Amino acid sequence: MKIKTSECDIVVVGVGGQGVILISSIIGKAALKACLSVRSAETHGMAQRGGSVINHLRIGCVFGPMVPLGGADILLALEPAEALRYAHYLSKEGVALVNVKPVFPSTVTTGQSRYPPLEDILAPLERICMDIKTVDATKLAVKAGNPQTMNVVMLGVLSKYIPISEEILIESLSESVPAKFLEVNRRAFELGKSEIKA
Amino acid sequence: MMREYLLGNAAIARGILEAGASVVTSYPGTPASEIVETLAPFTKKYDLHVEWSVNEKVALEVAIGASWTGTRAAAVMKHVGLNVAADPFMTLAYTGVRGGLVVISSDDPFCHSSQNEQDSRRYAQFACIPCIDPADPQEARDMTIYAFELSEELELPVLLRPTTRVSHARADVEVGEIEENRVKPEFLRNPVRWVALPAHARPRHSVLLEKQDAIKAALEKSPWNRLVLRGELGVIASGISGLYAEEAIKQLDVDISILRIGTFPPPEGLCSEFIMHVSKVMVIEELEPVLEEYVERAAREHNPDLDILGKRTGHIPREGELDPYIVRNAIANMADLPLVESPSLREASEILPPRPPALCPGCGHRAAYYAMREAFGKDAIFPSDIGCYTLAVDMGTIDTCLCMGASITLASGIRFSGEERDICCSIGDSTFLHTGLPGLLNAAYNKARITIAILDNSTTAMTGHQPHPGTGVTASGDKTKAVSLASLAKALGADFVETADPYDLKATIETFKRARDYHGLAVVITKQVCVINERRAGIKRNPFMVNENCTGCRECVEFGCPAIEFEEDCARINSLCTGCGVCAQICPSEAIEVVKVK
Repeated sequence: MKIKTSECDIVVVGVGGQGVILISSIIGKAALKACLSVRSAETHGMAQRGGSVINHLRIGCVFGPMVPLGGADILLALEPAEALRYAHYLSKEGVALVNVKPVFPSTVTTGQSRYPPLEDILAPLERICMDIKTVDATKLAVKAGNPQTMNVVMLGVLSKYIPISEEILIESLSESVPAKFLEVNRRAFELGKSEIKA
Repeated sequence: MMREYLLGNAAIARGILEAGASVVTSYPGTPASEIVETLAPFTKKYDLHVEWSVNEKVALEVAIGASWTGTRAAAVMKHVGLNVAADPFMTLAYTGVRGGLVVISSDDPFCHSSQNEQDSRRYAQFACIPCIDPADPQEARDMTIYAFELSEELELPVLLRPTTRVSHARADVEVGEIEENRVKPEFLRNPVRWVALPAHARPRHSVLLEKQDAIKAALEKSPWNRLVLRGELGVIASGISGLYAEEAIKQLDVDISILRIGTFPPPEGLCSEFIMHVSKVMVIEELEPVLEEYVERAAREHNPDLDILGKRTGHIPREGELDPYIVRNAIANMADLPLVESPSLREASEILPPRPPALCPGCGHRAAYYAMREAFGKDAIFPSDIGCYTLAVDMGTIDTCLCMGASITLASGIRFSGEERDICCSIGDSTFLHTGLPGLLNAAYNKARITIAILDNSTTAMTGHQPHPGTGVTASGDKTKAVSLASLAKALGADFVETADPYDLKATIETFKRARDYHGLAVVITKQVCVINERRAGIKRNPFMVNENCTGCRECVEFGCPAIEFEEDCARINSLCTGCGVCAQICPSEAIEVVKVK
């Protein structure tokens, strides 16, 4: 009896400074170009100082901006620990797209806490959702020519899963990054996209 | 009409432009800061005065002055800022306005970035003025324009109250034309209105009370309250809760009547129609039971048997923010439908390291606090204030944080109680200029023997790096006089005023020691530009590295800089290093050195 109230619900998570807001904004603007209504909720303020960040993004939705717990079609994680932190947003039919390169929080660098091994992070994720795709997006971003484009690599990965055409996404990307960084960002997008087989 | 993908705050800014306002004032505060930031680039094009005011009381008073000349004005703040502006706010309801005046107070349920989660709708009730509660960015833009019109119609200020999930939501928003013509200002002398002497205030109070019917009539015919009558179960919800409720009703596919409320006081006619139609109602709103109390009162008159579920019955929480999950289960519960389980993951809480926000690598505040602790020792008392520096709470130099400016005054009170230990309070530059000035004046006047550290990073960092009177730049980017914090401190009565560079640890520690030993009020200004602004300005220093002298003593690691890691039995400096060099001064083994340029 579940009735869909959003065409595609995405939760984008990561660490303050990784570019969560930028890619959410690229997807949102692309949705507008595709004539789809879009809602999103952002983390500003305190949480941006190296803290954990979550953005909600709802494509084809006219309700509130927050994705219901257990309702996300896609969890796009720019950092593996953050993927697990917000995994409870994923629906059973959902897909997790995870950059596997960790960013250690200060609690780990100062030795107060331990960063868990990747397999311990991924195991519970695999249990609760339909599919999980792991990508070393940070490595691919270096390959593209700039480690800062890691978020755009993940956008390329995501492009295979959302109801917006690649052309529109790239148009939105072009309008959102400075012209001199466009080439490297497009390479990053392509590298991400080619990680997912059709 | 055009469609744009807008942040809620940008949608409010757009509404302000479309309404043709002439003056917009604000003090930065999450979640309200982006409204003025969005407007700032348009000041010249639309002949608009936009300012970062010194504090919210000042902001509101400047806006009132503009309104009294007949032009439209807005004063923008976060919810706790309205406390600072409460003095003019309350009497403004008596004097009223000429040009439309909209007070925008953004609430922060769940305290995402705030020290409390007070509900601004109570302030509107308190002042007897209308309050508009937008559900999303589209309503935020539409209601802003409406609020200016309503304000002029009633000659009263109107409170617009978005919440974090409206201010920091983005959505496709239909926008209209920007009004390019501004009203020509003219202040008309009218002491009976503008001079709140007791003889004038008493009749103005009567006028305000007489206006209450006009407020109700205007809001009743406004488009912001929507009624859909279906079955005899009902939901009445305000602001964003109405969207959560509509989504839940659709998902659950249930025959539930709904009344969405966007105005306070709520519309009497629609409410009574709704209350007479249903036998059981759930009142859904964030924070205070403002709507619920209204429904309870109205039900006594129109449907005394009505079963009312809400905060009083424990069905809806009074603290924190609501979300689609909470609202869905609340409605399912009322309709006797199965609840969905919270899909919590045991592993997430068990194995994940916490990732709290922290001071940036190279932040001058961290160095200032380190020096303060070295000079004063762990036994001293450290009242503090509101800003990025509060993130240093684990360093042991933050013992209090109450509200803007309360560091100096709390420190004074602790001293006057007879507490004899050393006291060193800390306050940021922007916060000092906001409400720290009267505290310092009071401390000097009443002879408080304390040390005040002004942590000067030359910006309002936490809310997104807005300029302030110490920076020499206005909101619109024009050059202006830069006020000297040291001269201010001296003028306010401090005899001991010294400035130190916190990156020079030894000198800063010595400065703090002199302040500690001074017989009266001492002020230490630790001055170091915010590292984020330095990076944006292209200023680069050579990073540091750990050499073979490292003994693994962890002194540098305990400093807490995110650029220092501990691996196996040695410290390591990672790529986040900004080259401040403070850790090299802390290291007892000369094991940290600057990376030589090749």
